[in-house]
Amino acid sequence: MPIDVVISTQALVKHFKGQRKIVTAVDSVTLEVKRGETFGLIGPDGAGKSTTTRVILGLLRRDGGTSSVLGYDSMRDVYEIRERTGYIAQQFTLPADMTVLENMRFFADLHGIPHKLQKSSIAELLKFAGLTEFTSRPAGRLSGGMKKKLALACSLIHRPQVVLLDEPTLGVDPVSRREFWNLLGNLRAEQGLAIFVCTPYMDEAERCNKVGLIYKGRLIAQDTPAGIKKMVPGHLIEFKPAKFEAARKLVTGMPGILEVQTYGAMLHLYIDETERRQKQIEEALSAQDIAWSGMRGIEPRMEEAFISLVRRQEAADHGR
Amino acid sequence: MAKSLQRLRALIYKETVQILRDRRTLLLFFALPLVELFLFAYAVSLTVTHLPTAVVDQSLDTRSRNFIHAVVNSGNFDVTLMLQNEQQVRQAIDAGTVKVGVIIPPNFERQVLLGKGDVLILLDGSDSFSVQSGYTAALSITQKYSLDLTTEKVQSGGASTVLNALTGQLPITTNTRVLYNPDITDLIFILPGLIALIMQIIVVTNSAMAIVRERETGTLEQLLATPARPAEMVIAKLIPGMLVAILDMTMILAIGVFWFQVPFQGNIMLLAGLSILFIISGMGLGLVISAVAKTQRQAQQLTSVIQLLAMLLTGFLYPRTTMPLWTQIIGNLIPMTYFVRVIRGIMTKGVGMTFLWKDSLTLFAYAALALAIAAVISKKRLD
Amino acid sequence: MADKPLASEYAARPEGAYPVIAEDLTKRFGEFTAVDRVSFHILPGEVFGWLGPNGAGKTTTIRMLLGLIRPSAGTLGVLGFDPVTQTKIMQAHVGYMSQLFTLYNDLTARENIHFYGRVYGLNRKALAQRQDEIIQMAGLEGREDMLTANLSGGWKQRLALGCAIVHNPRVVFLDEPTAGVDAISRREFWGLIYAMANKGTTILVTTHYMDEAELCQRVGFINQGRLVAIGTPDELKQTHMRGQVLEIDTPEPDHAVRLLKEAQTKQSLPIDEVALYGAQIHVVVPSADEFLKPVRAMLESEAIVVSNIVWITPTLEDVFISTVQNQAGQATPGKEIKN
Repeated sequence: MPIDVVISTQALVKHFKGQRKIVTAVDSVTLEVKRGETFGLIGPDGAGKSTTTRVILGLLRRDGGTSSVLGYDSMRDVYEIRERTGYIAQQFTLPADMTVLENMRFFADLHGIPHKLQKSSIAELLKFAGLTEFTSRPAGRLSGGMKKKLALACSLIHRPQVVLLDEPTLGVDPVSRREFWNLLGNLRAEQGLAIFVCTPYMDEAERCNKVGLIYKGRLIAQDTPAGIKKMVPGHLIEFKPAKFEAARKLVTGMPGILEVQTYGAMLHLYIDETERRQKQIEEALSAQDIAWSGMRGIEPRMEEAFISLVRRQEAADHGR
Repeated sequence: MAKSLQRLRALIYKETVQILRDRRTLLLFFALPLVELFLFAYAVSLTVTHLPTAVVDQSLDTRSRNFIHAVVNSGNFDVTLMLQNEQQVRQAIDAGTVKVGVIIPPNFERQVLLGKGDVLILLDGSDSFSVQSGYTAALSITQKYSLDLTTEKVQSGGASTVLNALTGQLPITTNTRVLYNPDITDLIFILPGLIALIMQIIVVTNSAMAIVRERETGTLEQLLATPARPAEMVIAKLIPGMLVAILDMTMILAIGVFWFQVPFQGNIMLLAGLSILFIISGMGLGLVISAVAKTQRQAQQLTSVIQLLAMLLTGFLYPRTTMPLWTQIIGNLIPMTYFVRVIRGIMTKGVGMTFLWKDSLTLFAYAALALAIAAVISKKRLD
Repeated sequence: MADKPLASEYAARPEGAYPVIAEDLTKRFGEFTAVDRVSFHILPGEVFGWLGPNGAGKTTTIRMLLGLIRPSAGTLGVLGFDPVTQTKIMQAHVGYMSQLFTLYNDLTARENIHFYGRVYGLNRKALAQRQDEIIQMAGLEGREDMLTANLSGGWKQRLALGCAIVHNPRVVFLDEPTAGVDAISRREFWGLIYAMANKGTTILVTTHYMDEAELCQRVGFINQGRLVAIGTPDELKQTHMRGQVLEIDTPEPDHAVRLLKEAQTKQSLPIDEVALYGAQIHVVVPSADEFLKPVRAMLESEAIVVSNIVWITPTLEDVFISTVQNQAGQATPGKEIKN
């Protein structure tokens, strides 16, 4: 394996024994993360993001295929992997009764960092995370956003080359989420980290170098965000109709309309040609006496691509 | 009101369903009372019969033989040893081989004829029930035998002997000495066993709960992903409990000895060393529970089962000698049984390794087993 | 700024015409004022967004409305009841779905619905019917006998919503009901919310997703305990937006953001705000016409490729950031303290 691939899986498989049958949570997933890359794993709820991450780390038994981190096999070389990676579990909890500083020292000790080095490393990370004034606050009494930042700091104390994050910003408000990602970005710049992150937030997926879309355990897309967006045919336009349902019903049947999505009070339409169809839509709306505003072509974002690709896959599965 | 009842019913229904789904707890709810019932019915007995007894017959005449027969036939005493003198009897009691010693002095026949027969009964005072039962039994046997003798005499003799018999003393008296616990103070008997029980409770509960709790709250996953080895994580969980147990033991011991004046005859370092073995074996028990229990509630209940068995079957309160074989076997599986003997031996009897080596070896084996279990149980994965 | 119902407005409407009323609502925890004289009302059948940063007082307000905590000052009315003195009566007509909403994991979906139905006082017949209704509404057919622990996130949310409305409440409080739920499930969830509203249920919902905020008929924005804005999304965009928003597409968003923030600090360009939205950048300037070209020029002079730069209607998030800046004081002290 070339040296600059930090995470690699080949046809990875994981089963779970359900009550009556065996569920395949990870179904032949092949992916690759390179040094310094941010890889985002996205997918509908229950698609297998967490499970994939855990198998890669060796926290769950692998049932088929291969998986390795920095060349170390997930099943055989578990401790080598753990020494070189950072991880934030989805239901992570840091010991709530220990202070911020105690938590940092705890993880530093677990990773065998000599005491002399600890002081400066910890101070640096705390500064980055904006937690310097809170060193003696018990972890349990930090706000949600700060807990996540502390978790990040603890997971990076040993300067790992790879960090795996399982929905790290779940339930956190947008401001704190941004701060978290800024922090992550800064740390990546400093340390050249590779980041593997599962996220339900499409705006976070946009910031990844590569995105993997997982659906029912299968990786149905793996590319740069731009590449994934290109997988959806057509051009995207948006507008805000005064009468939402009426407008939606109207455009859904129209020729050249490849797909109809909603975004808040706006309609997003994938159309085959911009000029012609836009005019047709405007005419149809006027004919039905539906006012609209802000009609313009937009660049598809991960959210639109996600919805489209998942829907297509659902339809394809049902068709079978 | 009707609405309130409806809500109440709904809440009850929910709680019931949750319990019914929890198969393990359910099992315990029914198994536990059954176990208790059978234990109390068959195993636990407050009076002791078949006390292992050593007999010294320094007369070796008909009278002494008859007396010994009376002792044997009573069913209260199992004569297991025939010894030469009082010293040997004391040693046997020290070693725990017998609980009672019956010493018949020389010239028993002549003494009896003179109406001055005297039998020395030695009782193991570190075992309260044996003492009570042994004492009562010995007394009644002696009285009965004496009465028989008197009747015999009256039948053979004349009216004057009847008068003598009725007004005088019985020809045989017993001189009872309770070793180690002359006033038969309950605390002296109970305290060592209590220490053992408390230590077990603390150690087993702590080891079981600490592991199950971490599994439940989810911090386990976060720690597993670090270089921490499972063995390290397990040991770290157990050590604080161990320290607490040691501190508790020291505290109770100190109070018992200095405030309650419970005697401490033996070697404290020996006790310390064997206590450590006991603690380690307790942790093993806790680990086994943590492997079986899926929730903290289940762990709690399994721990209670162990405590109950410990109270009843280890000889802490209720004597083991009268228990049917199957309960004795169960008792033999519990490390505390051996430790109770050890701590009683050291505290009350002041004995050392010469008598305790067997129990010590067993404790050692249990401790080793506990460490082996710890090694097996520690997993480096979630599944 | 705060929407105080005028006395005459009150007189015009009969008692209880507003399903939810708050007037000068205040809550103090010792020295700290969590909710500071908040006044608003919600119309029947309205979907009302209750927005604001974490620690701003959103959840505290909801708890007061639910009668879970007592206000320090001010008055409250929910469906004409006083949450403080008529708590249980009021709660019988109110539904609540919170982030900490505990579905019982060891019960099946159906059993959870059954339980909450009984607790809320539905008789057997009503409950049986309602159970089927909810299972259908939440799309749980085929899943209703699964243990809740085995349902994945989106399904749990739907079930939780179902349980919160099992008693057909006229007012429902939803506290971040779609946090972390995937894009498709979120939209389906809001379909459910709209269906409820169409049947006349009044809904107060908190969310951090801006597209969901747009779906609310009116929104109230609370920051540091004070209600700083209230109105329809469009109204707020017109009245509370300081400046105009340029949207920038660039392959190097992080680098661009850094440059723009520098320009903001140095004031080499009159930039009010720079924010990253996914891979797009929003820049707030006094006038889009005037400053579109200069902004582009600045970026391109630093070798940043600008694939697109255009003047857009502000999103609600732009509005809020602008509003927060207008408020006195910088960092939200509430953020540091756990809710």
